[in-house]
Amino acid sequence: MDPVFIAQVALVLVVFHALLLSAAGMVWAERKVAARLQQRFGPTYTGFAGLLQPFADVFKLFFKEELRPAAADKILFYIAPIISAAAAFAAFCVVPFGPPTDFWGLLPHKIPLYVADVNVAILIVFAIASMGVYGIVLAGWSSNSKYSLLGGLRASAQMISYELSYGMSLAAVLVLANTLSLQEIVNGQSGYWFGFIPRWFVFLQPIGFAVYMIAGIAETNRAPFDFPEAEQELVAGYHTEYSSMSFAMFFLAEYVNMVTVSAVATNLFLGGWHGPFLPAWLGFLWFFLKVAAILFFYLWLRWTMPRFRYDQLMQFGWKVLLPVATLNLLATAAGVLYFGA
Amino acid sequence: MALETILFYVLGTLAVGSSLLVIGQRNPVYSVMLLIASFAALAGIYVLLDAPFTAVTQIIVYAGAIMVLFLFVVMLLNVGQEDAAEYDRSHPFNRPFVRRFGALLGIVFVAELAWAVWHVSTRQPAAIAAAAPGSVSSVREIGRVLFTDYAFPFEATSLLILVALVGAVVLARQDAE
Repeated sequence: MDPVFIAQVALVLVVFHALLLSAAGMVWAERKVAARLQQRFGPTYTGFAGLLQPFADVFKLFFKEELRPAAADKILFYIAPIISAAAAFAAFCVVPFGPPTDFWGLLPHKIPLYVADVNVAILIVFAIASMGVYGIVLAGWSSNSKYSLLGGLRASAQMISYELSYGMSLAAVLVLANTLSLQEIVNGQSGYWFGFIPRWFVFLQPIGFAVYMIAGIAETNRAPFDFPEAEQELVAGYHTEYSSMSFAMFFLAEYVNMVTVSAVATNLFLGGWHGPFLPAWLGFLWFFLKVAAILFFYLWLRWTMPRFRYDQLMQFGWKVLLPVATLNLLATAAGVLYFGA
Repeated sequence: MALETILFYVLGTLAVGSSLLVIGQRNPVYSVMLLIASFAALAGIYVLLDAPFTAVTQIIVYAGAIMVLFLFVVMLLNVGQEDAAEYDRSHPFNRPFVRRFGALLGIVFVAELAWAVWHVSTRQPAAIAAAAPGSVSSVREIGRVLFTDYAFPFEATSLLILVALVGAVVLARQDAE
């Protein structure tokens, strides 16, 4: 059999299971970071430093009863968590996490380290991320509960509002990189300025990076923008009526979405797998390190900031973030025209 | 049969089938979801035609943004199932003249569509062949053509959409006065 084909199938399986494991890791990290920030210990009994806690959680959820409200819409109620999880996993398929490799000569030629080879990769991430909202909205509607419905409505309004700023901050990077392929965007960030400052786009696009991170938090419904589930107001928002594994799938989707947003941010702004000290084939370690740093920032933020008010969220999105992102795009375009790409 | 042909028929069936179901059943939320499925199948057909940029745009703009808005409105108004008897009695679209006019428009539309399909397949193979290979798949080329050769129709279309938007706002506000 063609070794390249086998390698690509293996790559699909590796990425899928790495995402599953990363979600488990995020559950553990969330509980640990939350505990440390509140001067507690967090999970300690299950495994070393509580590392087996997420697996214990999943086992518990497996054996729970799957409940459905009598008045819920049967089909959409079951489909909603599937849409959420599927969209979350699908978005990662075009994200490269290391330089092209032939695995120490095992393959006849180098293959890029991502699942799908598309020349409009960055738009695919954007498109699939925008499909994920249907899972949340349908969950809210089909549960036939007022808390769920409010959560779903909030999710759709919030995601429409922040998707624009998200797209604008992406566009500024595209103007700089002059390509839509994530692989080439990362390659455009190799090397150093003055011999020591890495040529990462975050130094050219500090505002774009800030807008991307803020909009990314809103897109993944994380605190301080976690209005769709706001537990003090809406019980648990869109997943109030869910139990067992369909409940777990929403959480899986949330954590995988966070990983995807962080991975894309790493590729767009932080130079992807480029970094000092390590040989090129170990570049993926730099990639993981940068993604982990952004994820830690997410957790840190969640347990530090109180939730905004809903009208503040909308005001901020439309009246501050969108104008800033648009001006940033225009300024970037003007700069590229003036100085040359 | 080639894989592409099989995929084309699968996606085509999906697109046509879900489009028919959009108007064929009464729950508006299901209609919205089926319309999204139809758009997604259409995007798949664009990919088969080697136009990934058009496909992604279709997903982002229609399936991603516009349909979320549709779903939002349907949910916000909490539209129930359509009651057929009530609908037949009261709806202004069911007056005889409106129905006949609608049927006429339908016939004209089908005739137009048939003409367009025939025109494309028989009259203009040279023009299609003359188009630069890969021109539909290159984002750079689409952008260049859109802002040079087709700049006027492009801007005119955006103006048209803006006018429609303002018109909708004006119509909606009339009740308040």
